[in-house]
Amino acid sequence: MSDHEVRLTVNGVPHTVRVPARRLLSDCLRHDLRLTGTHVGCEHGVCGACTVLVDGKPMRSCLLFAVTVDGASITTVEGCRAPDGGLGPVQQAFWDCHGLQCGFCTPGFITTITAFLQENPAPTEEEAREAIGGNLCRCTGYQNIVASVLRAAELMRSAPPPDPPPSDPVDHELSFGVDGVSRDELHDQPSPGAGSRS
Amino acid sequence: MTTRMFGEPIARREDPRLVSGDGRYLDDLGAEAVAAAFVRSPHAHARVVDIDVSGALDVDGLVAVYTYEDLTGRVAEPLPLLIPHPALHAPRTAYPLARDVVRHVGEPVAMVVATDRYLAEDAAERIVVSYETLPPVVGLAAARAADDVAAHLVQEVGDARAAIEAAPNRLHLELEIERSASMPMEGRGVYARWDDADRSLRVYTSTQTSTSVRFALAAKLDVPVDRVEVVTPDVGGGFGVKIVHPWPEEVLVPWAAMRLGRPVKWTEDRREHFVSSAHERGQLHTVEVGFDDEGRLLGLDVDFLHDNGAYTPYGIIVPVITATQLLGPYKPGAYRVEFRSLYTNTVQVTPYRGAGRPQGVFVMERTMDAIAAHLGLDRTVVRERNFIQPDEMPYDHGLIFQDGRPLEYDSGDYPALLEKLKKLVGWDEFAEYREQARAEGRRVGIGLACYVEGTGVGPYEGAHIRVETSGKVVVSTGLTTQGQGHETVFAQITAAELGVPIEAVTVITGDTRRFKYAVGTFASRAAVMSGNAVALAARKVRAKALRIAGEALEVDASDLEVADGVVSVSGSPTAQIPLSTVAVLSNPLRYAFDAETQRATQFAVGGGMDRPPIDEDDEPGLEATDYYSPMRSTFAAGMHAAVVETDPETADIRILRYCVVHDCGRLINPRIVEGQIHGGVAQGVGGALYERIVYDENGQLLNASYMDFLMPYASEVPKIETDHLETPSPLNPLGIKGAGEAGVIPGAAVLASAIEDAEGIVIRKMPISPSELWSLRS
Repeated sequence: MSDHEVRLTVNGVPHTVRVPARRLLSDCLRHDLRLTGTHVGCEHGVCGACTVLVDGKPMRSCLLFAVTVDGASITTVEGCRAPDGGLGPVQQAFWDCHGLQCGFCTPGFITTITAFLQENPAPTEEEAREAIGGNLCRCTGYQNIVASVLRAAELMRSAPPPDPPPSDPVDHELSFGVDGVSRDELHDQPSPGAGSRS
Repeated sequence: MTTRMFGEPIARREDPRLVSGDGRYLDDLGAEAVAAAFVRSPHAHARVVDIDVSGALDVDGLVAVYTYEDLTGRVAEPLPLLIPHPALHAPRTAYPLARDVVRHVGEPVAMVVATDRYLAEDAAERIVVSYETLPPVVGLAAARAADDVAAHLVQEVGDARAAIEAAPNRLHLELEIERSASMPMEGRGVYARWDDADRSLRVYTSTQTSTSVRFALAAKLDVPVDRVEVVTPDVGGGFGVKIVHPWPEEVLVPWAAMRLGRPVKWTEDRREHFVSSAHERGQLHTVEVGFDDEGRLLGLDVDFLHDNGAYTPYGIIVPVITATQLLGPYKPGAYRVEFRSLYTNTVQVTPYRGAGRPQGVFVMERTMDAIAAHLGLDRTVVRERNFIQPDEMPYDHGLIFQDGRPLEYDSGDYPALLEKLKKLVGWDEFAEYREQARAEGRRVGIGLACYVEGTGVGPYEGAHIRVETSGKVVVSTGLTTQGQGHETVFAQITAAELGVPIEAVTVITGDTRRFKYAVGTFASRAAVMSGNAVALAARKVRAKALRIAGEALEVDASDLEVADGVVSVSGSPTAQIPLSTVAVLSNPLRYAFDAETQRATQFAVGGGMDRPPIDEDDEPGLEATDYYSPMRSTFAAGMHAAVVETDPETADIRILRYCVVHDCGRLINPRIVEGQIHGGVAQGVGGALYERIVYDENGQLLNASYMDFLMPYASEVPKIETDHLETPSPLNPLGIKGAGEAGVIPGAAVLASAIEDAEGIVIRKMPISPSELWSLRS
């Protein structure tokens, strides 16, 4: 099975990866680029946990082959932070509103809501509920996720986000193969403010 | 002063990590590991005739293929029977890989290890298994005919049948609840590393009980327990299914890692989760009830069948809970309950949030509604007349609960809960609204359901708390976390008990390197069990800190207080010593490791020469371990009411309002409790209106995907209105009761009640879909 070279800009950082044609975008992000914030809940496009923004549009990364988004700009939950590395407005809103419990579905909600608020910066509660209508959460009963959408909108209105962070000019060569590549070689962009596991 | 922490709705401390993508779930670990995949049975019941692995051998990246024949030692034995019970006369557990016979679709038959999951699945596809199919038993009707009984249990208090016979009013009801499943968003997963030089095994697993997995693996793999570490990383939901252990994969992955000398990982996919983990709920009940003209119960006789699926690793906990918790807040008069737990060729049945209670509550509450209808009484009135009263607490039902201890309610105020619920939902005003709606051609109905939930089952939990010389406080408890906010609530308890800022506290759960003795997170027990253990350990640490500080300040320990991490003399704020310094002094040193610790070295400390640096009954370090082990469970309670509207044409069912009143004793963090209730209600709504596991007669699971198993989205979950009552438990130091399962328990019961009220059609079976309601109408 021959590999294909795929160029992706992920959270502003350009990458080149070599992957088989069947490599899912979700696996490419998680296992080749080691951006494990994107989660896989069903692998058939229903739960929305794997949602990432592809050129700004929310898409299910488990339903996309990495090769089909060659050249795309992708935003994952790791890229939804504030420019200073702190919590972005949607992330902050989830924290403020207890919008998560186990946190597994949360990255898909955060990317989905980020895109939604770009389109509709001042949603009604009804619209907020509608916006998250394609994502499954098994913990929260959605009450506080709806509240998080409204809170995020409020946060974004009160402090509009500055320009996105400048892209890292370094192009990271990665390969996917049976021998793998060590984590250190791949861990090319330690995320600012990365949480400490206690 | 330390901010009051216990009872405050503070924001969760785990969230910044989880919202940033910095959580570490099972599949986020082990990038260097080889991957396992499983060949699973496509038949519900079959003899394995032959396994031909030859086609897999030339797959690039193949590392190993295992079948039952390859298993060694105790790995080749059946998986453990976790909870034996005298009534479980014919227990059956699976082999890690099928030996001769498969008993449900999805049972693992062969294990493949390859350098990558894609390649492992390629190889698995090329393995050809020949089966001789056997007749399957699917569903309770078939199970009743096949009569393959795992367990049979009767419990009786008084002579229920005679009481019913003599009663002025009698009713007979047949009730059914269908199968559902926990369905956490993250499936199961295991990642194991064997260190051959150190002869030690580290296993990461997405479980609800790391300590029990550790003991089970040490026994299965014949490795000394102290050479096995089990770590539970972030877990993407459990809801009961992950309390089962060790799973076939949980044994096989570490076993393969040891054999191969390389790390191995398996991450369950969604279809695997549907066909090879566990389900719950399916029961058929027959009720005979006798009651007086006021609606008071005189005798209740419940006979039910429980579908336990193909195996019984978790014993008969689910039907035992149904049989006992069915009683809810009521005095049943004489009570007799009998169940048979039956084998079927379907996925095994083990607890799913609520664990048998939703079925029991459905049965009791349907019975209450039937009595009200029979006598023409208001449904709340019949319930009120049967309530156990607050002055009757503690109330002993005379039955044995799921923990093998008496079913004795510790506290509760059911009349007060009902008052709150009636007020919250506007019960007394509803009749008028219903008439008004009817005049407009709309069908609306109201329902209610009450439950009592035994929480905080033993045998015990423990905690260790250490104050470091930096002043940081590290709390370790053995049970695991799947989203309940333990990092927050246990820190709140510690901060409150020890008198430290919460920012100084770190909480570690589910890591056997840090705490080795624990039971697990299930049965709404974590807050009660570990919460109290944390409080007890914190009190010990505090007492020790006061003693050491008293010696240093030359005052009596009883004159000292701790606040904001500083010990000071009451009323004399200048005489004080920070806990960090107390921690230094608690450990007499020969060797300093920084400027602060020089104060504890042998020429720096003063003190008398008449006693050793560490007293006989003392230990170095400002730390302590303690355990909490209750006499019996503590009983939380709650009541739900729902208002529904049904479409006269399409029979679509819409929830207009959903109200919850809830009493789980003292609240550690009201925001977290409320979140637990919200999530439970969503699962209750799902179980009442949407979710069911559908098998065909051949034992094929027809809806093994999220596309077909209909979990509620935001559009299906109504806005939830809540109110709390706080009746402290007298059984534990913090006065708390569990809250984790509460929200889900009365879901089917309350919605059946409301739909019945809207339609005037008797509802005896849940879940109910619009098409089923439509059929009932005609």
